[in-house]
Amino acid sequence: MSLLETHKVTAFYGDFQALYGIDMKVEEGETVAIIGSNGAGKSSFLRTLAGLQAAARDSIRFGGEAIGGLPAHRIVGRGLAMVPEGRRLFPSLSVEENLLVGSYSRRAGPWNLQRLYALFPILGERRHNPGTALSGGQQQMVAIGRALMSNPRLLLCDEISLGLAPVVIKDIYAALPGIKAEGTSVLVVEQDVGQAMKVADRLYCFQEGRVSLAGRPAELTREQISSAYFGV
Amino acid sequence: MTEWIDTLVQGVLLGGLYSLFATGLALSFGVMRMINIAHGDFAILAAFAAIAIVEPLGLNPFVVLLVIVPLMGLFGYLLQRGVLNRTLGKDILPPLLVTFGFSIIIQNLLLVTFSADTRSLNVGELGTASIALGGDLAVGVLPLIIMGVAVAVLAGLQWLFSATPLGRAFRAASDDAEAAQLMGIDNRHIYGLAMGIAMAIVAIAGVFLAIRANITPADGPARLLYAFEAVIIGGLGSLWGTLAGGMILGVAQSVGLKADPGWGILAGHLAFLAVLAVRPNGLFARTRDR
Ligand SMILES: Nc1ncnc2c1ncn2[C@@H]1O[C@H](COP(=O)(O)OP(=O)(O)OP(=O)(O)O)[C@@H](O)[C@H]1O
Ligand SMILES: [Mg+2]
Repeated sequence: MSLLETHKVTAFYGDFQALYGIDMKVEEGETVAIIGSNGAGKSSFLRTLAGLQAAARDSIRFGGEAIGGLPAHRIVGRGLAMVPEGRRLFPSLSVEENLLVGSYSRRAGPWNLQRLYALFPILGERRHNPGTALSGGQQQMVAIGRALMSNPRLLLCDEISLGLAPVVIKDIYAALPGIKAEGTSVLVVEQDVGQAMKVADRLYCFQEGRVSLAGRPAELTREQISSAYFGV
Repeated sequence: MTEWIDTLVQGVLLGGLYSLFATGLALSFGVMRMINIAHGDFAILAAFAAIAIVEPLGLNPFVVLLVIVPLMGLFGYLLQRGVLNRTLGKDILPPLLVTFGFSIIIQNLLLVTFSADTRSLNVGELGTASIALGGDLAVGVLPLIIMGVAVAVLAGLQWLFSATPLGRAFRAASDDAEAAQLMGIDNRHIYGLAMGIAMAIVAIAGVFLAIRANITPADGPARLLYAFEAVIIGGLGSLWGTLAGGMILGVAQSVGLKADPGWGILAGHLAFLAVLAVRPNGLFARTRDR
């Protein structure tokens, strides 16, 4: 049984259909990447998984249970946490409070403040600053740490490298092995194909709301990827 | 001279009562970003409920707080879950209209049930007891008690907001409701709790008002206005600011009243305008990213 399995997931904004039946899987312990150009539906898909968009109950199975369309606050409690696009830190909360609010669902597990400060030492130094007073990279660390505080079985990351300098992106992705070592599976959305190929065990490419390519990075050719990505 | 000091002290203490009215309003605005037009009417409703319990049973009004406050808290929670949550959204008009409707309904219900006569809660000798401060100066025990309760309520809220998981959830939901859901926070429940707390505090305010003064079913809107002014003077988002705002309003009204019996209320509104002119965001406005 896969940790996450979706079957014909759709998403709508009013009359506009953003996803046309997404089938995909994440196995326990895997890191999976979703790539695709702007507007391909990557964020819509993650938002649907996280419960922010409507979905048919059976279209999303997580840990064997149907969770499609459950309210977002319930889904976190089941062990599926999301680092949202644009980080979305709480401006009136300090760094530490942002992290603590992540543990609101009180799921048991390995993550706590000490472990996070060990993973991202700079956050420990800045713990009393407002979350939004940090650099972009540091804010992204807070956003990831906040999601980890719910001790997820699967961590969804929406473009955690967006707008960051290459060295900073390297720092952030350097935390991935430590996260996986705790048994957490990871599903990342990346526009940076090179980055995605580097970290992912498997990869899906989205195009206009459909999966246009799926496979292991080593088995995919450059031509396959660029045609799936750009649709040419 | 003593007279004016006395006026000042009365005004400051009156600020305690005003701040109790203002706190509930500040809370529902701070967490839900909604303005409850019926805020003052709920206070008057709580006061009449207290009168309805106290008079036939001959109870002490302070004892009745133990019943009214939790009851109004529960009522606030259910009102938010059952009605007000449905009005929240991008459009700020629906909550205004719905609570305006509640304001009218409550006033008319009270009018039908209790008539337009003025009523009050009698606390016996305590109502007139005072402590001599030397000279000709004395402060009333009752206003002191009310001020003490107001400070205790604000200190309690301050602690709740800054040091508890629930307080963090309040602030998170206020900052970004959707991101808060991603943290496992059930916004509808959190909003219910915030309104429950706001109503519990407004019940205290209503009962104290009826102990200090005569009330009628039509008094709610004026109470809303003072509460609103106190919140704005203090600065949106600042809890202790509501106390300062209440005190400024109280002092202005007392001084105005002393200068001319017809000027009390007007002086309060003028003080409000003066503060707005100098500090449009209020005295202690907290920027969104503190
Ligand atoms: N709130 C919304 N209302 C209406 N349409 C939306 C909304 N959000 C997204 N869309 C549309 O849905 C489609 C998919 O958008 P989505 O944000 O999922 O793409 P994406 O792959 O995450 O893109 P990006 O890489 O730019 O983040 C786009 O055509 C977009 O315009
Ligand atoms: Mg996106």
